[in-house]
Amino acid sequence: MAKYKLQVNGKNLEADVAEDTPLLWVLRDHLGLVGTKYGCGIAQCGACTVHLNGAAVRSCTLPVSAIGSSKITTIEGLSENGDHPLQLAWDEVDVPQCGYCQAGQIMTAAALLKQNPHPTTDEIAGTMHGNICRCGAYHRIREAVKLASTKI
Amino acid sequence: MLGFSWFSAEAKAPVVVDAAGAGGSLGFNSYLSIATDGTITILSPNPELGQNILTSFPMIVAEELDADWTKVKVLQAALDTKSFERQVTGGSGAVPHSWKRLRNAGATARHMLIQAAAKKWNVSAEELTTSDGFVINSKTGNKLSYGDLAEEASKVEVPKEVKLKDRKDFKLIGKAVKNVANKDIATGKPLFGLDVYREGMLQAMIQRPPAFGTKIKSVDAAAAKAMPGIIDVVIFRNNVAIVGKSTWEIMKARKVLKVEYEKSGNIESTADHDNIFKTLLETGTPTVRRKDGDVETAFTNAAKVVKSEYQCPFLSHSPMEPMNFFAHVRPDGVELVGPTQVPAAARSDAAKLLGIPEDKITVEITRLGGGFGRRLKTDYSNEATELSSILKAPVKVTWLREDDMMGGSYRPAVRYRFEAALDANGNMTGYKCRGVGINSGNPTREDNFPSGAVENLLIETVEHASPITTGAWRAPITNFLAYAEQSFLDEVANAAGKDPVQFRLALLQKAKTTPAGAIKYDIDRMIGVTKLVAEKSGWGTKKGGFQGFSVYFSHRSYVAQVAEVIMKNNKPVVQKVFAACDCGEVVNLSGARQQVMGGIVDGLGHAMYSKLSFKDGETQQKNFDTYRLIRMRDIPEIETHFVDNGIDPTGLGEPALPPTGGAVANAIFKATGKRIKSQPFTDDDVFKTIRATQPKTIQPKKTPLPKSSLKRTKAS
Repeated sequence: MAKYKLQVNGKNLEADVAEDTPLLWVLRDHLGLVGTKYGCGIAQCGACTVHLNGAAVRSCTLPVSAIGSSKITTIEGLSENGDHPLQLAWDEVDVPQCGYCQAGQIMTAAALLKQNPHPTTDEIAGTMHGNICRCGAYHRIREAVKLASTKI
Repeated sequence: MLGFSWFSAEAKAPVVVDAAGAGGSLGFNSYLSIATDGTITILSPNPELGQNILTSFPMIVAEELDADWTKVKVLQAALDTKSFERQVTGGSGAVPHSWKRLRNAGATARHMLIQAAAKKWNVSAEELTTSDGFVINSKTGNKLSYGDLAEEASKVEVPKEVKLKDRKDFKLIGKAVKNVANKDIATGKPLFGLDVYREGMLQAMIQRPPAFGTKIKSVDAAAAKAMPGIIDVVIFRNNVAIVGKSTWEIMKARKVLKVEYEKSGNIESTADHDNIFKTLLETGTPTVRRKDGDVETAFTNAAKVVKSEYQCPFLSHSPMEPMNFFAHVRPDGVELVGPTQVPAAARSDAAKLLGIPEDKITVEITRLGGGFGRRLKTDYSNEATELSSILKAPVKVTWLREDDMMGGSYRPAVRYRFEAALDANGNMTGYKCRGVGINSGNPTREDNFPSGAVENLLIETVEHASPITTGAWRAPITNFLAYAEQSFLDEVANAAGKDPVQFRLALLQKAKTTPAGAIKYDIDRMIGVTKLVAEKSGWGTKKGGFQGFSVYFSHRSYVAQVAEVIMKNNKPVVQKVFAACDCGEVVNLSGARQQVMGGIVDGLGHAMYSKLSFKDGETQQKNFDTYRLIRMRDIPEIETHFVDNGIDPTGLGEPALPPTGGAVANAIFKATGKRIKSQPFTDDDVFKTIRATQPKTIQPKKTPLPKSSLKRTKAS
């Protein structure tokens, strides 16, 4: 066990965990940030996606010891008032069905738009292909990313 | 504040509670409440798993209440069998079951609000109308808000009967209304079972036998117990539970847990199942499900016989939120919290397990991160209950994805043999279907089309009992049967030299004019969706893509689909799916479209990519690296149409899924001349081989190719 100082959503937080603990479980079990979801544990489904210095990473396979001073953003910290253009677009397009994968979808999309503010439909699909939505809400996810890209 | 039980609104007197009392009691019972500030609180009793019930149920109440939707607050009710009926999510049955009850609940409150206003203004109630949360006197222009009237209204006698709105006056029903949970979902609020954390709560994972047909022989838990953070290792039934305080510590301890297993039943592999299917198709003793006319004579006299077999693999439900449940068994009562499609069953099971009365147990229903039928089972809530009882502590049991995929309750594997007898004019005079299932119950739907449309018909089943557990998987049985049957009917139409759509329409017409035996589906509704999808897709007239048709009746609703396939790099690609749905009244157009589009994506994905195979009783796929689900690049364009016929809602959570596989397979046949006879489609040669020639010149027969070109489609 070791104490890890983490910068999460602009706050300095501390977790006393083993060095190989994946960030996902540090967030959920130790920091009370449960918006980031467990889906597969092997970086295949994207439900656990967070940002590390603005880039999308799979937190289920990222050991806490590898984070260092990198800034972590989770769905809870994506915007102050839940008004990131993607979060607004998710409502506007009425995307969620069960909703479980959506935090990961939004975080993947947010990293994409940061890097490429006006992606083509193919570019959106290419990036979002890594996130599974078992309800099959893909059409609306794609549409919402496109809509948000017009508002950024 | 005015409150009353909405399911028994006619019988129960309204209960007036003060604001503080209401706030405290709302989470426990079935009240529709109107606060003096006009806020309307509606409880939704059925579990929400993505079918959008948390929005559509309150919409129905609010419609009849004539409420201002922007002032409606929606809450998920806990299990309350005294106040609610059928708190179940399954069988596409919630809206059909509750439609009238919900409307009555809203209309009753509206009636009472009008009476209160009439008394206040000293006018006849007949003169008053309502709109957006106000009672209005159109003569005087006076209006009073529901909030202002709530207290007086609560004293009005509850009417025995109320008049419901004419559907032409609907303001909410039929409109696209956004999911009430959108913001909570998009901001990561703790809505799901996995998000439940309680003070002093322990966490646990359970090592279950990895192979079906095995049981624990011995357990060496010493190393696991010595791992950091591990509180206990508990063996109960065939489970080894590792108990700790954090997930990762438990996961690590699990890796050093040593459990030996021994045989306790048949150990089966997929290769065994393939043999079992073939043997039972030939020699099994069938259960006759339906027999009309004289099948033998029909086949003896046939000018042509078409015979074909179809097979489907086991499937995992794989909801994105894995199984989990929280239980706290205390001496004075039990608290259960978690994602379940059947909260009442979770409670009655817990009562039986613990030997206590049901009224000592509360069940809080969290949002479900998908269900697809998996959460109709109570195995995972029972485990949590039992473990908490052993530990005498609150505990949340979490399954890993591997546990979920290896842990059973799958869509059963089935093989069908279809036979059709055609006369010289290409009319189908005889029809036989024998379904062999592995723990499938009844793998046929003997009264579905084409039953009733063929004079001589035999539907029979043979069952193989296996240690591999199965369960209802979205659109149980029909999720595969529809593909097999609709592909076969396409084969028959082809053999008869008839257009597939016209062939079905002729059969339906025949069922109408000269029905053979009992007809248990609505022929006109089936004809309706068939014609609608043919029209919208430009069936038979469209250039470009290759079209395949399919129509199916399931769960009271009717859906017809046309899939369009194009050839890309000599492989079929599904470009578009048209759907025509008759689910009766559409409650929420946005949610309804989601169910249809999601159902098609689900049906397409599992038909194309997914299979769960077994080696020595163990699943060969354990996670999403080898168990392939559909992803964004794989989706076709989808166009949905609804029949507007004013029939009361007949359900939509499942009916859009069954027709997809057949429509796609039939389109692939048009494009390639190859009939795909088993799922997943991507295992078929048509997706593996590099075709040097144009599809139309390809013979339906399999062409042997050099080994190097038989590359498997890699799971992404």
